[in-house]
This record gives sequence, C-alpha cells and structure tokens, in this order.
Amino acid sequence: MLKDLYRTFLEFLRTFGALQLFFLRLIAYSPAVLVRRFGLVVVQVFNAGALSLVIIMTCGFFVGGVLGLQGYSNLAKFNAEDSVGAFAALSLLKELGPVITALLFAGRAGTALASEIGLMRATEQLSAMEMMAVDPLRRVLVPRFLGAVISMPMLTAIFCVLGLLGAHLVAVDMLGVDSGAFWQQMRSSVESSDVWEGIIKSVVFGIAASLFAVWEGYNAIPTAEGVGRATTRTVVITAVSVLVLDFMITAVAI
Amino acid sequence: MQQTRSIEMGTGLFVLLGMGALFFLTTQITGSNDFSGAKTYKVTAEFDNIGSLKIRAPVSISGVTIGRVKSVSFDKEKLKAIVILEIDSQYDQIPDDSDAAILTSGLLGSQYIGLQAGGSLDSLVDGSEIYYVQDAIVIENLISKYLFSQGSKDKED
Amino acid sequence: MNDAAEYLIEIRDLHYTRGQRAIFTGLNICIPRGQVIAIMGPSGTGKTTLLHLITRQLVPDSGTILVDGVDIATLNQKELYRLRRRFGVLFQNGALLTDLSVFENVAFPLREHTDLPNRLIRHVVLTKLHAVGLRGAADMMPAELSGGMARRVALARAMVMDPDILIYDEPFVGLDPISMGVIVRLVRKMNDVLGVSSILVSHDVQEITAVADRSYLISDGKVAASGSPDELNKASSDLVRQFMHGMADGPVAFHFDAPDYAEQLLGRDAE
Repeated sequence: MLKDLYRTFLEFLRTFGALQLFFLRLIAYSPAVLVRRFGLVVVQVFNAGALSLVIIMTCGFFVGGVLGLQGYSNLAKFNAEDSVGAFAALSLLKELGPVITALLFAGRAGTALASEIGLMRATEQLSAMEMMAVDPLRRVLVPRFLGAVISMPMLTAIFCVLGLLGAHLVAVDMLGVDSGAFWQQMRSSVESSDVWEGIIKSVVFGIAASLFAVWEGYNAIPTAEGVGRATTRTVVITAVSVLVLDFMITAVAI
Repeated sequence: MQQTRSIEMGTGLFVLLGMGALFFLTTQITGSNDFSGAKTYKVTAEFDNIGSLKIRAPVSISGVTIGRVKSVSFDKEKLKAIVILEIDSQYDQIPDDSDAAILTSGLLGSQYIGLQAGGSLDSLVDGSEIYYVQDAIVIENLISKYLFSQGSKDKED
Repeated sequence: MNDAAEYLIEIRDLHYTRGQRAIFTGLNICIPRGQVIAIMGPSGTGKTTLLHLITRQLVPDSGTILVDGVDIATLNQKELYRLRRRFGVLFQNGALLTDLSVFENVAFPLREHTDLPNRLIRHVVLTKLHAVGLRGAADMMPAELSGGMARRVALARAMVMDPDILIYDEPFVGLDPISMGVIVRLVRKMNDVLGVSSILVSHDVQEITAVADRSYLISDGKVAASGSPDELNKASSDLVRQFMHGMADGPVAFHFDAPDYAEQLLGRDAE
C-alpha cells in the first residue's frame, strides 16, 4: 500500500520532470522555427486562432450580455447602475476574459491539437518523420505550440471586446443606462495595469493550454482509445491548471 | 494553392482582429486621465496626515483631473509625509500659492488631492513646493473632536 | 563508409526486453548488400521492434548493431540523422502525412533536407511517382487513397532520397491480391534496378517466397531458421514446417497456456 503510493509518487515526479524538459526543448527550438519555418506557424495560427474565432466571439458576446444584466440588476439597488460599464470591463479584462477564453480554447483548439498529434503518433507519421531524419518536435510540435501561444492573447482580446459590446447592448440599448456614463465610468475605473494583468494572464494560460495539448498528443498511447483519452486529459488538465494559475497570478497582482 | 490562399487570408483577418482588439483595450477602455505617456512636472507637498492616500490617486483642480500622486514617503527629520505630485505639463499656469487638500470622493470613496487656485502671479514649476496644505480628515478624530466639544458645551450650560 | 564490412547490416547477440517480456535473447542476423532479405515470424515475435532497433528508434539492452561496420549505438543525433537518410522505410500503413497531398508527401524529405529549386523537386517527385504508377494521383490527399495506393506512395517517398537500404514493415498486410502482386513486383524491381538492399518484415509466406533471396525465421527471441525460401520450405524442423505451411497446431500451440480443460469445466479450481 505504502509502496504503491511511493511508486505513484516517483512516477508523478518522472512525468513532471519530463514535462519540464519537454517544455524547455519547445522553447529552445521556438526562435529558429519562428524565423525559418514561419509558414508552418502561420498555418497553425489559422488552425488554433482563426478557427476558434466564431465560438470565442459568440461566447464573449453572451458573457458580456450576462454581465450587463447581472451588473445592472445588482448595481441598481445602490443607484449605481451607471457603473455597470466599469463592472463589466473589470470582470472581463481581469478574470472572465482570460479564463473563459482559455477554457474554450482547451475545448476547441487544445483537443484538436492533442488528437491530431496523437493520431500522427498512432498512424506512425511521427516515426516516419524520425526515419526521414526530420525531428517531429521541430516540424510538428513547435509550430503548433507557437501558433496556439500566439493565438491566445488575441482571442482573449477579441473575447473582451465582444463582451463589452454585449454588455453595452444589454445595459445601454435594452436597460437604458446612459451610454456616456457607461463609457465614462469604465474609463475612470479601469487602469492600464488591469489591461496588462489580463494580457499577462492570457499569455500564461495560452502557454499552459498549448503545452498540455501538445504534450498529451505527443505522449498519447498509439491506439484509438489512447488518443481519445489524451484529448480528454488535455481538457481536464488545462482547465484545472488554468484555474490554479489564475489564482496564483491574481494573488501576485494584488 | 487555393487552400493556402484562404488559410493566409483567414490568418490575416484573425491577426488583424486580434491586434485591433488589443489596441482597443489598451487605449480606449483605460482612463483618459492616464499621464504615463504625456509630459509632466513634479511638485511636492508636506502633510501631517495623508489618511489613506495612495500612489496614483488623482490630483484635480475644480474637479478636473490634471495629474496623479507620484510617490508618498515619510520625512524622518520633519516628521511629515512628503507627497510628490505629477501634473500634466499643459496645466502650467497654476498659481504657486494654491492650496492642496486631501479629499474623499463620495462618502466612502477613495482619497484624492484637490487643488484650490490661489491668487499669485507666479506659477508652480517643476520642483516647487505647495505650502498651503490641508490634511486628510480622519473620521475618528472628527468624531472625538465633536464629542469633546459637545462635552465642554455641556459644562458651560 | 567502411568497405571492409562484409555485410551491410550485422546484428550480434541482440538482447531486448520490453517491460517484463524478453523479446530478443541473443539474436544474430547478417544482411548482405544488394539482396532482398525477409524476416519472418509468428505475430508478436517483435519483427517491427527489430526494425525500430536497426534504425535506433529503440536502444537494445545489450548486443551490437553494425551498419556498414559502424556501431550505431555510438552515433550522436546528427550522425544518426545522417545514417537514417540512407534508410528508406515503408511503414505498415504507409504513414503518409495526412495534412499534405500525395505530391507534397513524396517531396517532403527533399524539402526538409535539400535546397533544390521547385522545378527540380517537381521533376524528381513525378519520376518517383511514375515508378510506382501513381503520377496521376499527385494532387490527391492521403485520405482519398486506397490502402495499396497509400503504400505505393509511401514507397515513392521512401525512395525519393535514393537510399541504400529499403525497409518494408509488413508491406502486404490487408491488401487485395492485385495490390499485393503490385507491391511484390515493386519490391523486386526497386532492389534490382536501383541496386539497394531490402529488408522485408512479413509473415505472408507466399509473397516472401516469391520475392526474397534469403529469409530469417524468428521465434522465441532467436533466429529459428534461415536460408533461401526453398530451403526453408523443405526444412525438417517442426516450427519451420508449421510456419511455412500454416498449420494450426505444432510447436506454436493452438491453445494458450491454461489450466486443465476438464478440471476447469468441472469447476474444481473454484473450490
């Protein structure tokens, strides 16, 4: 029983260390790939970013709408419904934007990455590359990792802007808050440090989500079942680690 | 090749949207009263008590924000709080005998520095000091002062 | 390269275990130049593992593998990649890159390793595709190909860098007789026309008999028999006979290890 626990712990330690080394290798190869194989990265920005655009925009819009509704009905109790703009902007920028975008990203782009790479492993495409003396890490993983990392901050920004539009639509156009007051309250309470906090979060979450997706795909057991399990694990691990990281960054920022 | 073209266009559109959104967030949402980029000049003021005044609190005159608190420190010899204000250079004609008061926005709001224009012909410049200051009102002091005066009034009666 | 080496690939006393299971226990194989060598064995004897060991995708527990007289365990990453360029490998299902067209799949090694102008790449790729009879399919995607076509494309890709050694991993599995015939013909043709050496891993006895110069039969982690297909066909060993003639029972038992049938049915072991 104790021995099992010990072995599990050792196994965890080994996986964790392997993940760190894997991450370092990805980072180490990134500059060269970015310069020499920019075309590959562009395709992956398209896959991870452009293809996630519709879901991100839709969700951003509705999350903003909810913030408008909730903010209005709660702030109206204190006759502070003008602050709904500030409320929506701060919630979106600092928390909801980065976190929800990362979760959606894990579901949309992360699973796609993990299953694509897992399938390449299962169908021996990665072995074939190795045999053609092409390093799959550089040719397959790094471009996908970079494409995802580049996409995340942009998706987050788009999510936030759509969210603000949604909040504006609900609060101003439906509930009758003055448009000038909406923007004025927002501007006077949002500092540029709030925006930066959100951007930093989105970059960190982007790195985490991409790393786990690529890692899980690369280490998937090369069977149909293994690939399925890898995609599931990608979503779970990304979601948990994004929320933990969110807490840590917020704690440091405040 | 048709496929590559549409991928490139999609990526271009996405990056454009992303950049636009980032630009919008960094410039349009944040306060227009952010002076980090503009030219400023610094003025000091000494207070006995600054209450809960924070760095980056607004400095305003007639209700218009013209600057921010740059730093707050404590002078060991004078035993006073030294506050350095950063004021936008376009407001360079504030009389040098203006007074600075630490005020509270709203009943429970955060504190800021309000300037009251004086009558001097000379203006504040970089490095000058504001001599006429009014400390933060600490609500406990206010209450005890009120009670004390009530007590002495009772004795007179 | 070392001309003194008698054999192109020489495997000496190879040991390899995966988990608890010993896969090779003292394997010795020599592969001469310019011939088609078949490596046969019942399923699960580690034929594919052997290919991975030869190309150092796996590292043996002990024993040496010499390619052209050079111990591949001593190579660093760069030298290993240079060595691998001399191999052309045809994987079980072709392993074509699914996001590239047939043309780009064949062009892939050229694009990765050379700075040839597009016109030349086009020329080389079309030549190789023509050799496998699929020049017309250049613009198709791998998903649109049949199994046999995918394997022919993979063969074109394996040849595009003009390797010295072609390795085929189960090239006949899951193909209809016509496609099988086509692959058999291509294996022989590539070997004779291009002067390469071929290693063929398979358990399709008939096809091997048709194409191989020499066969090794692996069983229980060792070479059980070797020789030309005819010699093997006439061999007296029970195992070889069972394998070559596809008999259900023999040294490789029909029944997996189990408790006594009668006893289990009568439920004695439950007591």
